[in-house]
Amino acid sequence: MAENTQESAAAPQEAAAPLDPQAVKNAQLLALLHRLFGADAFTDVHEPYGLLTVTTTRERIHEIIAGLQQDQELQLHFLTTMCGIHYPENEGKELGMIYHVHSLVNNLRLRIKIFFPIADPVVPTLTDLYATANWMEREAYDFYGIIFTGHPNLIRILNVEDMDYHPMRKEYALEDGTREDKTDLFFGR
Amino acid sequence: MAVNDTLEGTHKIIQEAKEQQQNSGLVPTLNDFSQELTTLNLGPTHPATHGIFQNILQMDGERIISGVPTIGYIHRAFEKIAERRPFYQITPLTDRMNYCSSPINNMGWHMTVEKLLGVTVPKRAQYMRVIAMELARITDHLICNSILGVDTGAFTGFLYVFQEREKVYEIYEEICGARLTTNMGRVGGMERDFSDVAIQKLRDWLKTFPAVMKEFESMFNRNRIFMDRVVNVGPITAEKALNYGFTGPNLRAAGVDYDVRAMNPYSSYEDFDFEIPVGTKGDTYDRFMVRNEEIWQSLRIINQALENLPEGPFHADAPHYYLPPKQAVYKNMEALIYHFKIIMGEIEAPVGEVYHSVEGGNGELGFYLISDGGRTPYRLHFRRPCFIYYQAYPEMVVGSSLSDAIVTLSSMNVIAGELDA
Repeated sequence: MAENTQESAAAPQEAAAPLDPQAVKNAQLLALLHRLFGADAFTDVHEPYGLLTVTTTRERIHEIIAGLQQDQELQLHFLTTMCGIHYPENEGKELGMIYHVHSLVNNLRLRIKIFFPIADPVVPTLTDLYATANWMEREAYDFYGIIFTGHPNLIRILNVEDMDYHPMRKEYALEDGTREDKTDLFFGR
Repeated sequence: MAVNDTLEGTHKIIQEAKEQQQNSGLVPTLNDFSQELTTLNLGPTHPATHGIFQNILQMDGERIISGVPTIGYIHRAFEKIAERRPFYQITPLTDRMNYCSSPINNMGWHMTVEKLLGVTVPKRAQYMRVIAMELARITDHLICNSILGVDTGAFTGFLYVFQEREKVYEIYEEICGARLTTNMGRVGGMERDFSDVAIQKLRDWLKTFPAVMKEFESMFNRNRIFMDRVVNVGPITAEKALNYGFTGPNLRAAGVDYDVRAMNPYSSYEDFDFEIPVGTKGDTYDRFMVRNEEIWQSLRIINQALENLPEGPFHADAPHYYLPPKQAVYKNMEALIYHFKIIMGEIEAPVGEVYHSVEGGNGELGFYLISDGGRTPYRLHFRRPCFIYYQAYPEMVVGSSLSDAIVTLSSMNVIAGELDA
């Protein structure tokens, strides 16, 4: 039964990958990105489900988002969303921020990721570029403890002020982590 | 004369006493009062906020000097909870975000998972979803606009259209069995076909509703008292709105014609003919008018979808994700196995990450799902339009009076459930 499930779960993904009109657009977009910021600015380029995804570094993220915002050709000037993420097993790159930018003129979307160590979770703020980054960054700080340098008001937003941990990090299991009478066979982590 | 003398004498005494006090410096003068600000807590449980969130306003008389929003009063950690739930159990969480238009949230989530799995939903199910989503949009906008009326002191329109909202909820009941938190549809399609009663109720409502909507509009659209209260109140420019990440009717009221349904059509929206209304000034009146017009456009879409509702199955053939019919579970071994595996959350999803957005009642409702091949999402992020545009609120109301701030808040349609997740 288990084999059967895995096969059919993997099949639709393979079928969805080729022939996508978005793929052509993404190639052009990537070429433009390389021209603007240099080919070494981006690593790990892929297109999951048609959305161009690139990884860069926290040193360059502010410059890149600002450049995309100002570029007259791309006009990627709408910050759709940003969110934090935690991969505890990626040593030295445990925490990450994922940005989605969108061009309402060209209907292009781009996903940019950055990763950095959990011991030094400091990222430049985007509040000087986008007013909307304010609460999004406060949310990422609240849930992942990511520090945004230059943010005007970096305090918790959804949780209580006196909370002393960042609850979306993976070390905080959803159920009582001290329980040992119950194994977690069914729901994974 | 004697009386006047006495009075004058009294005046003198009072005058002298006053001068003495003022010279002592203990009594504040008029000049002192003009410097004094009042701190006003608008919320957390203020009737005009229509939800639990707080604004700490600094007031100079009636004028707002600054505002600090505090949110999170009904934060329920949906993103964290979602990391431990199989996909079908996340649908009820989405209900509780924008609870004025839950079917849109439900469908948006199903479509996100279907995109991840690569499941293609049959045309009939797509049209059924469009009908449910547009009904939800109508109820969402009806609530926002009629409550805006209530906040300006016009209760009648609210009562008229709430009757109609009730009828839509009855249609929901026929479609899925629930009213407010609908949990409608499933990954792969709808949970059942539209019943004859549902179709009949929908047709009846489509006949009666336009007259009510016209009456509602005739009460408000050119009403002098209403216009005096809302025109030029809480405006925002298109540039600022974009910078603040506005989407949906609030952005369109500022003059930007961004609608996810048109720009990235999902669930067969490309089949339907509809217009995107836009405003010019982004003030409360424009937001009201854009929502009114969107109700008419949603009616057009529902009519088209109902007329052209294709024949065929109402769900995809995806046995690993779509529950088998209950009768088959009792008689058929495979059906029983699938039923068990789905209910116990034992179905592994493919590895991948997917962003899918739908046009929610308030704007672009996005689902960013990262799957590591497990039974639950590794990370699920909701792009909640309310959360993103509500941060512009202080800037929109500073300098206006408190009563203007109330109607601005009302016209932005901030839903606490979506704000806090």
